[in-house]
Amino acid sequence: MGLYPLLYTAYVSMHQWHLIGGQGDFVGLQNYVDVVQQERFTRALVNTFSIFLLSSVPQVIAAIVIAAILDANLRAKTFWRMGVLVPYVVAPVAVSLIFSKIFADQSGLINTLLTGWGLDPIGFHSDRWASHVAIAAMVNFRWTGYNALIFLAAMQAVPRDLYEAAIVDGASRVRQFFSVTVPMLRPTIIFVIITSTIGGLQIFDEPRMYDTLGLGGADRQWMTMTMFLYELGWGAQKSFGRAAAVAWILFFIIVAIGMVNFALTRRIASGDAPRVRRRRPRKEVVR
Amino acid sequence: MRKQRKAAIATISALALALTACAGGGAGTTPTAASTATGGGEQKITLTVATFNEFGYEDLVKEYTKLHPNITVEHKKAATADEARENLNTRLAAGSGLSDVEAIEVDWVPEMMQYADKFVDLKDPALKGRWIGWKEASATTKDGKLIGYGTDIGPEGICYRSDLFAKAGLPTDRAEVAKLLAGDWDTYFSVGKQFVTKTNIPWYDASDGVFQGMINQIDNPFETSDGKPIPLGDNAKMKATYDKLMKASVDDNLSANLAQWSPDWVNAFQKDGFATMLCPGWMLGVIEGNAKGVTGWDIADVFPGGGGNWGGSFLTVPAQGKHQAEAKALANWLTAPEQQLKAFKSKGTFPSQVEAMKSDTLLSSTNTFFNNAPTGKILTSRANAITVTPFKGPNYFSIRALTSDAINRVDVDATDDREASWAKAVAAYKDLGLG
Repeated sequence: MGLYPLLYTAYVSMHQWHLIGGQGDFVGLQNYVDVVQQERFTRALVNTFSIFLLSSVPQVIAAIVIAAILDANLRAKTFWRMGVLVPYVVAPVAVSLIFSKIFADQSGLINTLLTGWGLDPIGFHSDRWASHVAIAAMVNFRWTGYNALIFLAAMQAVPRDLYEAAIVDGASRVRQFFSVTVPMLRPTIIFVIITSTIGGLQIFDEPRMYDTLGLGGADRQWMTMTMFLYELGWGAQKSFGRAAAVAWILFFIIVAIGMVNFALTRRIASGDAPRVRRRRPRKEVVR
Repeated sequence: MRKQRKAAIATISALALALTACAGGGAGTTPTAASTATGGGEQKITLTVATFNEFGYEDLVKEYTKLHPNITVEHKKAATADEARENLNTRLAAGSGLSDVEAIEVDWVPEMMQYADKFVDLKDPALKGRWIGWKEASATTKDGKLIGYGTDIGPEGICYRSDLFAKAGLPTDRAEVAKLLAGDWDTYFSVGKQFVTKTNIPWYDASDGVFQGMINQIDNPFETSDGKPIPLGDNAKMKATYDKLMKASVDDNLSANLAQWSPDWVNAFQKDGFATMLCPGWMLGVIEGNAKGVTGWDIADVFPGGGGNWGGSFLTVPAQGKHQAEAKALANWLTAPEQQLKAFKSKGTFPSQVEAMKSDTLLSSTNTFFNNAPTGKILTSRANAITVTPFKGPNYFSIRALTSDAINRVDVDATDDREASWAKAVAAYKDLGLG
């Protein structure tokens, strides 16, 4: 079931293939060449990475911190734990509706405040990087709590005697966090980073609903790889061949990045922590 | 070493799982239960009708069920035309999942004509002369197959804010405004210049909307009549139109620099954001909705450069449906003059049927929001002023989108100047690979 669509996509990517018209001539790697040469390809690639970094990095850090707070002795624990999941339950469409009111260029909440204070408004839809920040804000809003709960679950599995030992050794709370909690969370951190990498590089909903046309802006300021794929396949060109080529390129990028950050997170998270039996990341849960 | 490899395998399999999971859920092509109607020879059947925006079919659907007790009609409404178009494309490609009756917009018709075999031929001698000529012709293939029954058309007038006109010392009465604006686009822009100098309020809402009005008066905007795309870089007529509009929008500051349908655009109706708007019949409802509580809107029986048609839809019967004959009968009934008049009353969609356009119901109808303007009479007069039916071929939609981006880069985002933005559109045209 997993392999067939992958291979079929590869087959499609070597043909002229119209969305409705169907299969055309065999063209070899021409679709790949056509796609890579388009100025929009580079743009989409840069946008994707920019939005991905702006969302994933703060998100994972914030999620761990929130989880640590929730893991501590709080009053009304369940209330807070449920609370962090609320943004995740809100439908993406509703989220983008709310955020479109916040980030509207002329009448949005933020720009109204800024102009009220005598500052220049920010072009959330015209400036490329500002649009990325706005989209990353939507992504973070939705996913931070979800990841925090995964971290929390992992934190609760950390044997309490490790903390007791640390307290006896005179470790402060912060020191406990960095020397016990973080190393013990290593497999979970790897899991969360990998899933958010996959999700981040495939990001589609939020940027697509960021304006009414859903193309990523007049100058494609916030068009991501998946939106580029969609535009090729379902938009003006209706070329499934080219869209399939982008899908394969995206696949390779994700695998490559996945490997790189797997290697990195191993190094960062290993440190000098006590070696306990390692838990492997759960594979079923996928965002 | 061995440990490491195991971990790597785990990573890759997690990746593969994640990818397939996403691939499965991403396309969103799962047909709804409603579209798989109860099959075959039973008495009771369900027909689905898919529309977008406002067609005014809410009551009609109920009425049809009452007339045909064995048929239940389900009405599915997409919020925007774009959404409906994507749904149509995806499910046509998939070969299943479409409604029994699918509404399509006039601008996608040429695209769909290429796949006429995916739609039922709706030709019916009994319906001869129901529609105005060009409406019916635009959904008829070269070999005489009719793929859609016309619903509404979009004859354009000028909607304006009489209170803002008064502020600028311009006439406010709709007959006088019609006289003031009579002429070509230069007249419209130069009155706008006067208005903006006096009030500092923009003259129109969005350049791209005005552009649509302008190109609807060009015989061959993007393609020659045999369907060949005109390379955008060589399209002198289009470049001239673009230049003229950009000069008015940017150099003369006539535009409110808004993107139509954006939250800023919707809010501008409440804030004296602009003074005029090109308005096809269906736009009246949109203005009324956005400008709730604002008084002063009116409509003048005039349009720069003659008449123009913006929008209007068709009802098609996809060949993948199970109840084609019943669906055809339903589409026929919905587009009959009597029903179209009811839809006009409900949502302002201007009829494309000859009978309906002559009817007293239409000619005597007025609109309280637009200062009791005789909208039926005005729009009929606007419909009669339409002389040009632009040729829109299979690539119209694709190339039009490029010009839209070009205009918005200059007018809305201000990220490019006029020439640079046009150059980008020309480059994007090459990327389309139309040859």
